[in-house]
Amino acid sequence: MPKKYKDIIGDGGSNIVGQVTQQIGRLRSRMEKVKHKVAVISGKGGVGKSVVTVNLASALASQEYTMGVLDADVNGPSVAKMMGVRGQRLKIGGNGVSPAVGFLNIKVMSMDLLLPKDETPVVWDAPTQRDAFVWRGTMEVSTLREFLSDTKWGELDFLIIDLPPSIEKFPNMAQLLPDLGGVVLVTIPSEVSHLVVKKSVTTVKELGIPVVGLIENMVGYLCLNCGKVGDLFKTVEEGEKMAEEMDIPYLGGIPFDPRISIASDKGVPFVLEYSDSPAGRAFIEIGGKIKGFLGE
Amino acid sequence: MKYLCIECDEGMEFVEAEVSEEEFLSVTFICPKCQKRIALLTNPQETQLVRALGVSLGGRTVPPEPFEQIRTTLVRQREGLFLTEEKEIIWTEEAEKRLERVPSFVRPKAKKFIEDYARERGYRKITTEIMDEAGEKIEIGM
Repeated sequence: MPKKYKDIIGDGGSNIVGQVTQQIGRLRSRMEKVKHKVAVISGKGGVGKSVVTVNLASALASQEYTMGVLDADVNGPSVAKMMGVRGQRLKIGGNGVSPAVGFLNIKVMSMDLLLPKDETPVVWDAPTQRDAFVWRGTMEVSTLREFLSDTKWGELDFLIIDLPPSIEKFPNMAQLLPDLGGVVLVTIPSEVSHLVVKKSVTTVKELGIPVVGLIENMVGYLCLNCGKVGDLFKTVEEGEKMAEEMDIPYLGGIPFDPRISIASDKGVPFVLEYSDSPAGRAFIEIGGKIKGFLGE
Repeated sequence: MKYLCIECDEGMEFVEAEVSEEEFLSVTFICPKCQKRIALLTNPQETQLVRALGVSLGGRTVPPEPFEQIRTTLVRQREGLFLTEEKEIIWTEEAEKRLERVPSFVRPKAKKFIEDYARERGYRKITTEIMDEAGEKIEIGM
């Protein structure tokens, strides 16, 4: 019976395993200084994950927590714009790259900071872009690994990670960060969104990652003239019920306020300007629940 | 991935890796017992997959630079994206007072010019003498 894989010690000198082990070591060492890592996911696009990420980070930063935000949406980054840090140059030196710094000293790393123009897509150097699906996923994971391990995050209370819409990227992140403190799921009050987000809940649970809870974004529309909140979507099933059905905590609903999108375009986190608005209060309250879940 | 010489029942050892201009990779392994050589050949997509891991076949002599993978493979990057981290420049009290006398509308420009001048020459502390030196280079009203 010839030798099996485990019978051969080492990898014959190609040293791939050794280098991957070193990469993981660098990542662990950098992340040791980050107390809580929280991923914001959905599974569904357009539900406002990035807005939620930016405003939760800002709500916590305004309570004196040291915060970092990683925009893990490599191909559709938007956090740098919402945090008002686009155009900041990154300092490289020593053992890493200094991140961009936004309001309340929130540290930000995003692919957007590296691209030259608004319209520039992420293209990786390769002999051919044909059949790029073979390696593009691996390239994106390597990018996120470098963002996590080579960014000088320093000591952070929270690192909030904004994941891209599709749930398929989440297991990669979970592998990079085995000590992920929890996952916040974002939906909107629509049956279509719930249908997709429920699958994400199952994926997170099956990976054994703690679910912090569900946020229902765009729950009603805040009229800026009369101050009343009216229906925005014809709700078939409420988020609270969905959370109950999926046996996860319901963190709260955030009403749609037109000023949220204005603030995002302006690069100023909404919660910092309108903390007393219904949506601002919701962000702060949800931030409190996340803190509570993580034992802060 | 490991390679076994079935005849000798011995794990094979890495010899060298070569990448052709067309990005075909050839990795040679040898059996330490019978010296038989084999080569692993990959097409460009498979070569790229190995590259995407951010590893160097056969090992590295120096640790990777920060963001090495991104910086070497992202095709379109912002110009002057990365600044080399600059050491902090200290201003003496006299130098700071003198800088205060520079009209406010040109003061930030003057400060930056003097700090750049000092850095280029390896100065860590800005004194009035260094301001004089820098002042000879440019008229900034000091």
